[in-house]
Amino acid sequence: MLDDFLIRAALAGIGVALAAAPLGCFVVWRRMAYFGDATSHAALLGVALALSLELPVFGGVLLVSLAMALIVSGLNGRSISTDALLGVMAHGALAIGLVAVSLLPNQRVDLSTYLFGEILAVTRADLLIIWGGATVSVVLLIWRWQALLAATLNPDLATASGVNPRREQLILTLALALTVAVALKVVGALLIAAMLIIPAAAARPFSRSPETMAIMAAIIGTVSALGGLAASFIFDTPTGPSIVSTAAILFAISAGVAPALRR
Amino acid sequence: MSDLPSSGRHLLSLISTHNLTLRLNGQTVLEDINIAIEAGEIVTIVGPNGSGKSSLLRVLIGALKPTSGSVKRAPDLRIGYVPQKLQIDATLPLTVRGFLNLPRRQSSGVVAAALTQAGVSDLAKKQMADLSGGQFQRVLLARALLDKPDILILDEATQGLDQPGSAAFYRQIEDVRSEMGCAVLMVSHDLHVVMAASDRVLCLNGHVCCEGTPEIVADAPEYRALFGTGTQGALALYRHEHTHSHDHDHDHDHIHEAHDAG
Repeated sequence: MLDDFLIRAALAGIGVALAAAPLGCFVVWRRMAYFGDATSHAALLGVALALSLELPVFGGVLLVSLAMALIVSGLNGRSISTDALLGVMAHGALAIGLVAVSLLPNQRVDLSTYLFGEILAVTRADLLIIWGGATVSVVLLIWRWQALLAATLNPDLATASGVNPRREQLILTLALALTVAVALKVVGALLIAAMLIIPAAAARPFSRSPETMAIMAAIIGTVSALGGLAASFIFDTPTGPSIVSTAAILFAISAGVAPALRR
Repeated sequence: MSDLPSSGRHLLSLISTHNLTLRLNGQTVLEDINIAIEAGEIVTIVGPNGSGKSSLLRVLIGALKPTSGSVKRAPDLRIGYVPQKLQIDATLPLTVRGFLNLPRRQSSGVVAAALTQAGVSDLAKKQMADLSGGQFQRVLLARALLDKPDILILDEATQGLDQPGSAAFYRQIEDVRSEMGCAVLMVSHDLHVVMAASDRVLCLNGHVCCEGTPEIVADAPEYRALFGTGTQGALALYRHEHTHSHDHDHDHDHIHEAHDAG
């Protein structure tokens, strides 16, 4: 019972790792890293909005992240080079979010909570939201898996086989906003994108199919969450960054052994 | 032919366009296109770079919506599409079998049959990233054959293949056609090879300049204005001796120069 908050933290971390794994694979395959950045940075703006309107934070974050994800995925279809534009959106959202939070009349808001997460303060209600959101996101991706993969490979090919690439993009967008809203409490707005990308990238050398890559990413994400939690407990370091650091170390190991795996 | 009363003819066509116009980013890419593809025929679209060939194919498969005019497809038409280029990101692990199961899972028998028809029966377990250019195109072909298509649509399917490689690929297409009886609509730069294998050639430059049998098109002044007369010799050469190909690369280069200049 003494360690109850640690168990809750562990469960929260695993929930986020499981939601982020399959989604993170698509973010990596589709080269949407900036897309993840922009969406998760917009979460901060969602926090400001929710606090100023006295709405639940989860709802505000979901709303603003979804809006940002829709805007960005709308830009994606255009012929202009989107790289710089996405950079503007990602960092603009972060800066405006920081300004917006600082403008809140209620100065009791602790910014670092939202920037780096607060996994040790996860409540039972938070756990419910995290696991509920994670389940919806994962079910959504499993349901559309084949179609999403086809649309990822080539939009025209997908169209010719009766898959609407725009609809699949919308599903990814929805899952991304949901995962961001769920992960905010655990790793914070700055590092959500890291939880999407790093486990997926670390899983790549061990995978011969998209499915195994998603499962490996889930395992690596879970190990990172638990390892980071333990490290933060032992070394008294901030938990969110410790989780991401653990993931980064696992990625480095994976990249190190990758050449040996390739025959 | 586009002036013929169209209804009767187009009812029988697999796919047809009616006064099709397409504008992209404010530019007219295709103007007043009236074409029809009939069951079982091999039709090739030729035209300089930027003449709207790929756009036309993308309209036909439904990836682009015409600005005006219409596309008619026969009811329940099954289209097998081979894209111009398919870049699979290196971060995406995918076996040939996995690729053929997108977006619908297929029985392993169907997958094996399609691979055999495309001439690559032994590749099912290979990673897509490990395939050579020729193998990759054949796997794309196998994928297009999965649904037993009524029409195969190929967009410069031999880009990046060398001369013998693309010739072998087109022979495979002819085999597939005679085996399955599907129509074939393709875009190509390999004028001499492709035209010789075609029942009909459409010369496109924003609009349909001329169309007909390969001989008729090769003699048409509109075609010669676009491609010069060099290709006619290559065509004759091909017809005369199928395996004799050492001049082709040279002609091919000329064709590209002609495109760029125009």
